[in-house]
Amino acid sequence: MKYFSLIWASLFRKKARTILTLLSIVVAFMLFGLLQAVNQAFNGGADAADADRMITNSKYSIIDMLPISYQAQIAAVPGVKAVAFASWFGGSYQDKPARFGVFPVVPDEYLGIAPELQVSKETHAAWNATRTGAVVGESLAKQMNWKVGDKVPLVADIWPQKDGSLTWTFDIVGTFHNTKDQANGDSALLFRYDYFDEARQYGKGSIGWFLVKVDDRLRAESVGKAIDAQFGNSAHATKTQTEQAFAQGFAKQFGDIALIVSAILGSVFFTILVLTGNTMSQALRERIPELGILKTLGFSNRAVWWLVLLESLLLAMLGAALGLLLATAAIGAMKDALSGFGITRIGWSVIAEGLVFAFLLGVLVGLAPALKAMRLKIVDALNA
Amino acid sequence: MNTATLVSIRNLVKTYQRGSEKIEVLHGIDLDIPKGDFVCLMGPSGSGKTTLLNLIGGLDSPTGGQIEFDGDRIDQMGSGKLTDWRAHHIGFVFQTYNLLPMLTAQKNVELPLLLTKLSASQRRQNASIALQLVGLQDRAKHKPSELSGGQQQRVAIARAIVSDPRLLVCDEPTGDLDRKSADEILSLLTQLNQEHGKSIIMVTHDPKAAEYAKRIVRLDKGTLVRDPA
Repeated sequence: MKYFSLIWASLFRKKARTILTLLSIVVAFMLFGLLQAVNQAFNGGADAADADRMITNSKYSIIDMLPISYQAQIAAVPGVKAVAFASWFGGSYQDKPARFGVFPVVPDEYLGIAPELQVSKETHAAWNATRTGAVVGESLAKQMNWKVGDKVPLVADIWPQKDGSLTWTFDIVGTFHNTKDQANGDSALLFRYDYFDEARQYGKGSIGWFLVKVDDRLRAESVGKAIDAQFGNSAHATKTQTEQAFAQGFAKQFGDIALIVSAILGSVFFTILVLTGNTMSQALRERIPELGILKTLGFSNRAVWWLVLLESLLLAMLGAALGLLLATAAIGAMKDALSGFGITRIGWSVIAEGLVFAFLLGVLVGLAPALKAMRLKIVDALNA
Repeated sequence: MNTATLVSIRNLVKTYQRGSEKIEVLHGIDLDIPKGDFVCLMGPSGSGKTTLLNLIGGLDSPTGGQIEFDGDRIDQMGSGKLTDWRAHHIGFVFQTYNLLPMLTAQKNVELPLLLTKLSASQRRQNASIALQLVGLQDRAKHKPSELSGGQQQRVAIARAIVSDPRLLVCDEPTGDLDRKSADEILSLLTQLNQEHGKSIIMVTHDPKAAEYAKRIVRLDKGTLVRDPA
């Protein structure tokens, strides 16, 4: 673009001021990238939730267990296609709380109801054949440097074994790939429920929650009500909700992350808007005679309008690109520490959203100066 | 209009509105500038010299009368057409040079060529030729702040001639220069007039500068005092 060098030179006419403004935009967009990555990680489960899958857990608390006998009763509810279950294990690995999900499940049932978890036939067969077998997400295996055949000892914090031992040793039989939840889903270890149930000291025959697949997603709500109605007067009343609602409720235990992120970013962007707007207006005031010269030389009003607007857009987009790049680099550098929270990278959607914000920022900030520049009369501008 | 006439001005009136008051700056000017002329416009401050120059250069529009440039009525052109016409036919030289401070001499000279369809290399080449013509090819990479006043005015002249306009409009081109630099600039303008056929209209307060022109036109209180042509 032949005008680029002119726009670039105009932008850096006052180097110090432009660099300081650029830095503030860079910091704002770096913050945007990091906070949105956190937000995405917390809501990753909700985004990846299956519309025709529901979660049935205790009505009163997520930590109350449900009897495994409910599985057959739930399966008998009209509209229910399949039922599987899982429980929270928690635990520590190498003296640190495990920063990944550890869930006892029945392999065939669980993989059947969650087709997004892809395992090879060999891994599936090995898992069924190995009572202490476990499959781990690809990214978790890579991060922990676990390989097939490794024995992984986890120290339980909730579930001691019958002999009082807190150490549970799992044999890694393979990995799974989660095709949906890129942010969180690979960061989990699944092991066999029969091993868990037989070996644990208490709670035999209980599970954490059921995954319920319905025939028709449009009937999910009524099916959920029918499930809960069955257990309404029992000692273990249930609450059935869509997987998305469950994931959102789980994330909200930590606070309304989306609201907090929006509040912080709203403040930051408002400040940036005012700051950058002021810089652009000041830059325009200082350059009125120069704009008059451009018009004298034959630049049309529209051309001058574009030059000023593009300058503002360039500033915003450049700052955003650098900020998002730094945020990506920062997450990359802290990958080990952050992956336990499901923060592994900044998604393309966040980058695209950031660039759209930058574009809007550039337009908002540049529009008024551009209009002013367009309306300048040459004779007045040259004498300014 | 005579075919030898480049600019023909008839009954030109310019009025400015200041609040509720109307101020007539030019009162019915008639003036012809032949092709190849080098005319000097003189007169006391406030006599309307710059206003007349701005109207001839298409930087402003008259309130009444007509301005014809080589057969085209520029007083009847709309803003867009006038902008285009200016880019093709007029080169401007100002007292304060009016170079863009963040661009090198070369880039300043290339500015008018951005409006053409020339390729980047052609623009560079044409700008180099213009800088060579004003004797500043060795200063092409320098920014205005790294040049003397005389050198900056030479760059401004190179910018004015780079798109090969027919008329150079110069508003006190030596007003900010010492005598030696002023003489160099005036000699350069004379050379452009005599050797390259550029018509020139120049406003000045300096009688010595006026001596370089082929003729002098005097304005007083918005009226032409004498036009020896």
